[in-house]
Amino acid sequence: MLIDLEKVSLSLSGHTILEEVSFSVNRGEIVTLIGPNGAGKSTVMKIALGLLKPDRGRVHRAGGISIGYMPQKIMIEDILPLSVRDFLTLRPGTTRSQADDVMALVKITHVAASPVQRISGGEMQRVLMARALLGNPDLIVLDEPVQGVNIGGQEELYQLIGRLRDERNCGVLMISHDLHMVMAGTDRVICLNRHVCCSGKPENITAHPEYQALFGREIDAIALYTHHHDHHHDHHGNVVSGEYDGECDHD
Amino acid sequence: MIDDFILTALLAGILVAMAAGPLGCFLIWRRMAYFGDTISHSALMGVGLGIAFGTASPWVIMVTCAFVSGLLLLLQKGGKFSTDTLLGILAHSTLSIGLIIIALQESLRQDMMHFLIGDILAIDLHSIIGIGLMTLVALGGLVYIWKPLLSITVHEDLARVEGVNVLKTKIIYMLLIALLVAFAMKVVGALLITSLMIIPAAAARMIARSPVQMALCSMGLGSLSVVMGIMMSNLWDLPAGPAIVLSALILFLTGRGLPNRFRI
Repeated sequence: MLIDLEKVSLSLSGHTILEEVSFSVNRGEIVTLIGPNGAGKSTVMKIALGLLKPDRGRVHRAGGISIGYMPQKIMIEDILPLSVRDFLTLRPGTTRSQADDVMALVKITHVAASPVQRISGGEMQRVLMARALLGNPDLIVLDEPVQGVNIGGQEELYQLIGRLRDERNCGVLMISHDLHMVMAGTDRVICLNRHVCCSGKPENITAHPEYQALFGREIDAIALYTHHHDHHHDHHGNVVSGEYDGECDHD
Repeated sequence: MIDDFILTALLAGILVAMAAGPLGCFLIWRRMAYFGDTISHSALMGVGLGIAFGTASPWVIMVTCAFVSGLLLLLQKGGKFSTDTLLGILAHSTLSIGLIIIALQESLRQDMMHFLIGDILAIDLHSIIGIGLMTLVALGGLVYIWKPLLSITVHEDLARVEGVNVLKTKIIYMLLIALLVAFAMKVVGALLITSLMIIPAAAARMIARSPVQMALCSMGLGSLSVVMGIMMSNLWDLPAGPAIVLSALILFLTGRGLPNRFRI
């Protein structure tokens, strides 16, 4: 076990942000947090990282693990002349060749010398991911890793995350909005809305009533984007095993 | 022949500029230009306290500046007021307290101008040693915290997760600023020290392609401003401190006017 949250609660000026949230991330496991805006996803992540202290509950991190963190967005002032390579080597103990390796991995070598302010949003996401991957972390924590990346790039990045998990046997904790992509590569989905609504394997979670109550309208979108499925949904949204046979299940 | 006092002034000014430029780069990268002002205003309170205790030691000023920095860190904790507001409150309160303390010393009628814009042409050799040591410590300290401070400047949470000691780094940086301001009081005064931190650093942005380059350029441009300012002061009998700031401004505007191919 890499990290374990036990009944974590947090209130800010009288408002409950999180209530008794428990989950853990193991080695070789990809855990995805989903939930509507304001559900406390980023807050949970900050607590897991040790950036915020919960009012109640316990956070246990395995001793001596290194964590790679990819924040949601980053604003770097124009007044600071900083190239992509300079940005990556800011991580303590990072050498130039390590930075070059990780840039090749996420395919941003072509912008290595560009100022960070002059690259596209999609490229910036890759740069942030590269920084999180430096130093071979045991746990990779990603806050909306593919936001602003085009569809093809999104799939590529999720595949990269999956591959890293396989090769390095690290744990991954990420927040995501794009349900359709997430479902494919994730081992466990945690559906958060201040408390944990439901959690489990992605194929089970989509059938959960609480999930449907939160994301009901987006289920169609999932069907649009996932082409190869080992199951489909019947009229009630329940999982039916087997390849989607081409008939329209919805009316 | 150049007079001895001009050489001493040049040396003192260049030593201050060498420390002020790189420290100032972080002020503008961190959008803390006003912090420099607040610390130099609180230096006036330090001067007042020094007079009250019967000493002109820069250490009284340094301790006062460090105290005000600490107060700022404490006030920031609640998060109710923006740093901007807090700096405004501290800057003018410390300035007023300093002026009141000085006014209460009836025995001597101090010329306030001296504290506001410095008196670089009256620097003696003894002070030069102090200023030189300050520059060494300030630059050495900045090299020591360079990478962590830059990382915090770019993204504080990310730096924290990566194991940077954020509070320690910020405190060291504030102490270095306090040290610089305390020793630069005699040279350019409380009102002008911020400009020696901000303007050469901003001018350096026009030609620098990396943080290190920008820090080095700011040292060079700051030193050049000192030389130009003292020459102007000598030629046309202008007050030296403001002449140095005016020179820095001219360099900055020249940089702004450069065609794009010379800039980034």
